[in-house]
Amino acid sequence: MTSSSTVHDVIVIGSGPAGYTAAIYAARAQLTPLVFEGTQFGGALMTTTEVENYPGFREGITGPELMDEMREQALRFGADLRMDDVDAVSLDGPVKSVTVGDETYQARSVILAMGAAARHLGVPGEEALIGMGVSTCATCDGFFFRDQDIAVIGGGDSAMEEATFLTRFARSVTLVHRREEFRASRIMLDRARANEKIKFLTNTQVVAIEGDPKVSGVRLRNAVTGEESELAVTGVFVAIGHDPRSELVRGQVDVDQKGYVLVEGSTTGTSIEGVFACGDVVDHTYRQAITAAGTGCSAAIDAERWLAERASATTEDSTDLIGVQL
Amino acid sequence: MTEKTSATVAVTDDSFSDDVLSSSTPVLVDFWATWCGPCKMVAPVLEEIANDKAGALKVAKLDVDANPATARDFQVVSIPTMILFKDGAPVKRIVGAKGKAALLRELADVV
Repeated sequence: MTSSSTVHDVIVIGSGPAGYTAAIYAARAQLTPLVFEGTQFGGALMTTTEVENYPGFREGITGPELMDEMREQALRFGADLRMDDVDAVSLDGPVKSVTVGDETYQARSVILAMGAAARHLGVPGEEALIGMGVSTCATCDGFFFRDQDIAVIGGGDSAMEEATFLTRFARSVTLVHRREEFRASRIMLDRARANEKIKFLTNTQVVAIEGDPKVSGVRLRNAVTGEESELAVTGVFVAIGHDPRSELVRGQVDVDQKGYVLVEGSTTGTSIEGVFACGDVVDHTYRQAITAAGTGCSAAIDAERWLAERASATTEDSTDLIGVQL
Repeated sequence: MTEKTSATVAVTDDSFSDDVLSSSTPVLVDFWATWCGPCKMVAPVLEEIANDKAGALKVAKLDVDANPATARDFQVVSIPTMILFKDGAPVKRIVGAKGKAALLRELADVV
């Protein structure tokens, strides 16, 4: 275990629009943030297609391109970006520590931006058939299902987006949703409904995914009648939502019942001083690229002000334990 | 991220037999495409592994868009998929972007 004696002003954990925006703002404020992007850097947008609603891109931009732009922008202002996963954190006290492999880094403030992870169905066959017809990334894998019959599972915006996108390749797309009502926005739902290649199966649950060695179909159960049926498909795209990636900090900062990190009022402050949280690890309501970027900005400003207040407090007391350079 | 000279080799449908199947060292083949975000995540990790394991492991990249036949032959329907070939046969299949430590763990029994 090695430990550097440097105490950073800010460590950002996570990338995606929240982490990168926090990095841009912190870097411009000359806090030279150390950013652990994670091996899944770029976050959820790395698996999305066109982002049509991010302001400033009137023709739309793809998720990976948008992330690349933000990443480069953070680099331009001097953010120190590392494609590593954080293994452990210790957030209490004036100096927080972040462990990556056998290295430990220290910082006066930490910004949590770990985002959310795609949820799995948790049915038989799903895990074993990942990469053999079960997919969580339509943009990556749609290409392989040209002229085939496939299913998309889910009822939110990502399910609608994926179903619509996959009609570019597939012969038919069956959208399987366990309820009658959709959580998807009107525009996304209408667009999917208008697409003649998309068939809707509502009140329908997936019981199992079948096939060996590749997906050959899904077993379905009608949520109302309980009747089971088979749907022959070669691809199953799962888009049933996300869970906050807060495992790293649970037991330290306060989280809600579903694991979302709790913040104070309209700020990004968590239950621990000097620890701020932003993006999808906090937000279970909006979950947009722009809202994540917005709270990422807030987190950097909150951290900057908090550091400045502490710096002036320490100077007044002339207890020069921690010199914050601003 | 592309300023360094690449430690990985690009393989095609045409060169696959010579570069991968006939290789005397094990070859990890990364099936990827330009449109795939997670493939971008795993690319720098594969470069590092290629450097670290030079001599013991060859890391090859196959663009599935330009080389669909090989992807089809090995039933690749999700990318990134990484298949480890040893003595001309696939011995390990890894699906999805993973970090360096996780990838090295998967490859541990071969390299």
